Amino acid sequence: MSRLLIEASTPLCLLQDAGRFGVRHLGVTQGGALDWVSMSWANWLLGNALDASVVEITLGGFTVRAEEYCLLALAGADLGAYVDERAISPGRSFILQKGQRLRFTQPFSGARAYLAAPGGFDAPKVLGSCASVGREELGGLDGLGRALAEGACLRYSGTGGAMRVLSAEQLPNVHSKAPLELIVGAQIGQFSGQSLFDAFNTEWTLDSRADRMGMRLLGTPLQYQGPSLISEGIPLGAVQVPPDGQPIALLNDRQTIGGYPRLGALTPLALARLAQCLPGEKVRLAPVVQETAHQQHIEYLRRFQ
Amino acid sequence: MKPRIEVVAIDCLMVRLFDVIAEDNMPWMLAATRRLRESFGAALVDLVPSYTTLMVHYDLFALSPVQARELISLALNGLQPEPKGSGQCHVLPVWYDLSVGPELTLLAQRSGLAVEEVIRRHSQHEYQVFALGFAPGFAFMGLVDEMLATPRLNTPRKRIAAGSVGIAERQTAAYPVVSPGGWNLIGRTPAKLFDRERDGYSLMQPGDVVRFEAVDHAEFINLGGDDTPLEAQA
Repeated sequence: MSRLLIEASTPLCLLQDAGRFGVRHLGVTQGGALDWVSMSWANWLLGNALDASVVEITLGGFTVRAEEYCLLALAGADLGAYVDERAISPGRSFILQKGQRLRFTQPFSGARAYLAAPGGFDAPKVLGSCASVGREELGGLDGLGRALAEGACLRYSGTGGAMRVLSAEQLPNVHSKAPLELIVGAQIGQFSGQSLFDAFNTEWTLDSRADRMGMRLLGTPLQYQGPSLISEGIPLGAVQVPPDGQPIALLNDRQTIGGYPRLGALTPLALARLAQCLPGEKVRLAPVVQETAHQQHIEYLRRFQ
Repeated sequence: MKPRIEVVAIDCLMVRLFDVIAEDNMPWMLAATRRLRESFGAALVDLVPSYTTLMVHYDLFALSPVQARELISLALNGLQPEPKGSGQCHVLPVWYDLSVGPELTLLAQRSGLAVEEVIRRHSQHEYQVFALGFAPGFAFMGLVDEMLATPRLNTPRKRIAAGSVGIAERQTAAYPVVSPGGWNLIGRTPAKLFDRERDGYSLMQPGDVVRFEAVDHAEFINLGGDDTPLEAQA
């Protein structure tokens, strides 16, 4: 077993995996890595299952010291990571010798970095997952959903893995300016014509009111003209429009049911990119039909083979 | 009843069975849930029921959107309502008291009923569990006596004790864990509503039937209830 002592952390440094499934009807949220693409690549670098437990580091402020020799992998945002005094870029596996420190300073590109270990970090599975959801007191190292805290130890028991680097085409493009694809939903026709035009032809600015439950998009207010709705299940990535007309993209820690009208839902690939955006960044939305999105998704997943 | 199937996400379809909230929806919702679980089998990731809808989240490696749609249509073909009493029945003990249910007075004032009558009306009805949401194990139940229907508080409380029983419009619910909330509080139950060690985790499941039973302070404490007044916990 290998151990890493956490020397610095923030409430935004969390143990995550793909999240909880089969329990949504009980009001249990999904949880899980917001940028599932980077989580998958971090795990891929070590030959892990793509959804093995990882550390999601948002914005930086995280430091670990190796208590033994450790083989780790890093993917996602460039949060100014250093192994002792040597800078290390995301998209590679690397070694921490006993006593060496890995620290994440501040975001240079993207918002979230993913740290993986052979076989995944050890953590109890609560309702089938170690995804940390503080609000629900589920997951994490203690099983109660708390963020990773200074003084705690990350452990892993896997032994495999090799030194690998992602190629340019494998590396998730956190700078992409391509519009975020949104699968249009059934209520799309109930927005005004002007609102539909605005939704897909204007820029949206990411609000600072953003967390793992949802991210608010600021722009021309959208007008919903349909009847008020009865609460219904909310899928990952749903873009709902509350009465103020400013859409909210609902993420992994969203509530399970809700009653605001929706434009539709972002594709998983769009969600991974959104997870790397910082408040103030501008995004665009583009409509896509479910079939096309499904094919593109399956196609993308072939890269992990 | 003619269910509609709508696109909601890359791997989710919404089955819309009804347009209004009604207790009579439940036998159909339960039947549809059972049929969908059977026909999707391992390709079902999650099935999220709410008042009038079932959201089907399926495994996108196993099924294309077209195949998922077909499976839903087949599953719901010739649907018949489940016989009455197919959901589990729960009795939740509640200590109705102003110290833990400060809106008892408000409800009495609004309805013109005595507090005892408010309690009687809340506890005499058999409620349907329409959906779980907001928090793990938080069951939206209805329908509450029209005389007791009260809108949510204008300013939600920041901290509500676990077990608090409340009313919002014609719905009632109990808070499984300490959380913020805007429901009108009328009492507290000692029942453990969500327990990760329990088979099925949540005491109440969609489609279950629930009755509240008024208990006095001594019994509430005996059953493991925490009688710390709401104010002291704020």
